[in-house]
Amino acid sequence: MSAAADTLSRRPVPTARGGAVQSVRDSLVVAQRNLIRMARIPEVVVFGLVQPIMFVVLFSYVFGGSIAVGGSTDPSLYREFLMAGIFAQTVTFATAGAGAGIADDMHKGLIDRFRSLPMARGAVLTGRTLADLVQTALTLVVLAIVAVIVGWRIHEGVLKALAGFALLLLLGYAFSWIGALIGLSVRTPEAATSGGLIWLFPLTFISNAFVPADNMPTVLRTIAEWNPFSATVQAARELFGNLPPGYPVPSAWPMQHPVWASLIWSVVIVATFRGLAVRKYRSATA
Amino acid sequence: MPGAIYAEGLVKTFGDVTALDGVDLDVPEGTVLGLLGPNGAGKTTAVRVLTTLIKPDRGRALVAGIDVLKKPNEVRHSIGLSGQFAAVDEYLTGRENLRMVGQLYQMSARDAKARAGELLERFNLADAADRPAKTYSGGMRRRLDLAAALVVSPPVMFMDEPTTGLDPRNRQQLWEVIQELVAGGTTLLLTTQYLEEADHLAHDICVIDHGRVIARGTSDQLKARTGGERVELVVHEREHIASALDVMRAFGKGEATVEQHTRKVIVPVSGGAKLLAEVIRELDTRGIEIDDIGLRRPTLDDVFISLTGHVAEAADGNGEQEGATS
Repeated sequence: MSAAADTLSRRPVPTARGGAVQSVRDSLVVAQRNLIRMARIPEVVVFGLVQPIMFVVLFSYVFGGSIAVGGSTDPSLYREFLMAGIFAQTVTFATAGAGAGIADDMHKGLIDRFRSLPMARGAVLTGRTLADLVQTALTLVVLAIVAVIVGWRIHEGVLKALAGFALLLLLGYAFSWIGALIGLSVRTPEAATSGGLIWLFPLTFISNAFVPADNMPTVLRTIAEWNPFSATVQAARELFGNLPPGYPVPSAWPMQHPVWASLIWSVVIVATFRGLAVRKYRSATA
Repeated sequence: MPGAIYAEGLVKTFGDVTALDGVDLDVPEGTVLGLLGPNGAGKTTAVRVLTTLIKPDRGRALVAGIDVLKKPNEVRHSIGLSGQFAAVDEYLTGRENLRMVGQLYQMSARDAKARAGELLERFNLADAADRPAKTYSGGMRRRLDLAAALVVSPPVMFMDEPTTGLDPRNRQQLWEVIQELVAGGTTLLLTTQYLEEADHLAHDICVIDHGRVIARGTSDQLKARTGGERVELVVHEREHIASALDVMRAFGKGEATVEQHTRKVIVPVSGGAKLLAEVIRELDTRGIEIDDIGLRRPTLDDVFISLTGHVAEAADGNGEQEGATS
């Protein structure tokens, strides 16, 4: 029994490093945990791909011939125009994943365990959003391949295209912080999933993602032009070279400077929702 | 000098529910306090305050000598928490769970790995170490949860209903671990609905109900408050109740009571086993046939009923949870 007694006997407790180093390390430990989970529940990632792929195919072939972009109803032009919209919509679905994951952790008592540990504040949430970022990146890779198959191409070179994907990922990361706040605020993972998705539909449809905004009624058009989501879509379209010839760029500032608008919006969303979510986490009770 | 766990006037309300209504606790280092009470009594809320998970509305608490409100993160270095719900990640293996917790206690990756191996061995989980925890049985999950709480061998442990829902064998195993921990000098606060558990493990017992401490003391002290031993017998034939009652009155030291429907006669006595033998001889002489007879000492259940007016497990639904969440 002496060996066993050793296992349970008291020993010096490790001390905290504190500061940024500990924050990063703790966040990575939690991110690793969430990535292991994702690898063990691959159906979540797979189902996450079904909807965007369906949208790519449906929009390309059902609406493709009927929606005029840049004054032309050439379906191949619409297909190129569409992809940035679908990519952007897909990255925002990270909201539901983060929300459901965190609500599930609350529900199972894991958040209690984490909160009783001497770990960095916010690391549980940062770890989760980082893991979601990895998942979003994987989803985008698969989706880009499907897009290429249906005829999507980039026209401004690889570097600009990568910058476009970086902006999309940043938007997804920002939205996963909104999801984190939702996950901490609801009682069940199911509520977090639907609460993370419902408002995304108006947000992504009252935008330039699927159709040009210039035919919308004035109020909707203004919303669409200032929608954070539209800024990223417009920026990605520019960087991919997917704006159809003769496409009128709206005069609203975010549409004229979409890369900056996208960056600013995403950073503002991260700063706001990270602050709110970490505060909520500190007082969260399962 | 306050004990390893010390609380003074803790008050916590959730909406119009008063979960804690002025709770004082003092647990000397190296001892076990059993916090006993029905669902909704405030046990879980007390644990959540002491483990820095929620802030009390009023009052003050020290754990391992550190102020829970002023330095919560220092407290977190010194405590282990094992809850009602086995809080492990079910998609991670047992080993991955323990490594993660070790790293979040700020151990190096290498130390956390070594420690995980040790604990898995100690808690008989070595064979299942590399399987996801969702394949574990209830007892295995509970052991993994406890192992997670012991990763750094914290000086102060909190266990919230650690054996609720466990089968007797698993409960016994968990009790052995707890006794070993305490022998090693750990201070433990244990909440339970099982009076037997508190009787078995706790040095001191605190009975709480509606957020107040209604009694405290050792198990023996609490039992003594409820009264001494008694003889209980069950006669075979209903018509023998009256004559059995005569015998019991002759030997008893107080009011004898009869439960007609169970044919049971109960009388307080003093004199122990020797007296019991005399009662049996007398019944035999009179030709009263009996189904059962015994000397009963008060259990903590009796204590509980006499203190609170209701049975410990006669729970008001999931009141404890409601109290902790709303």
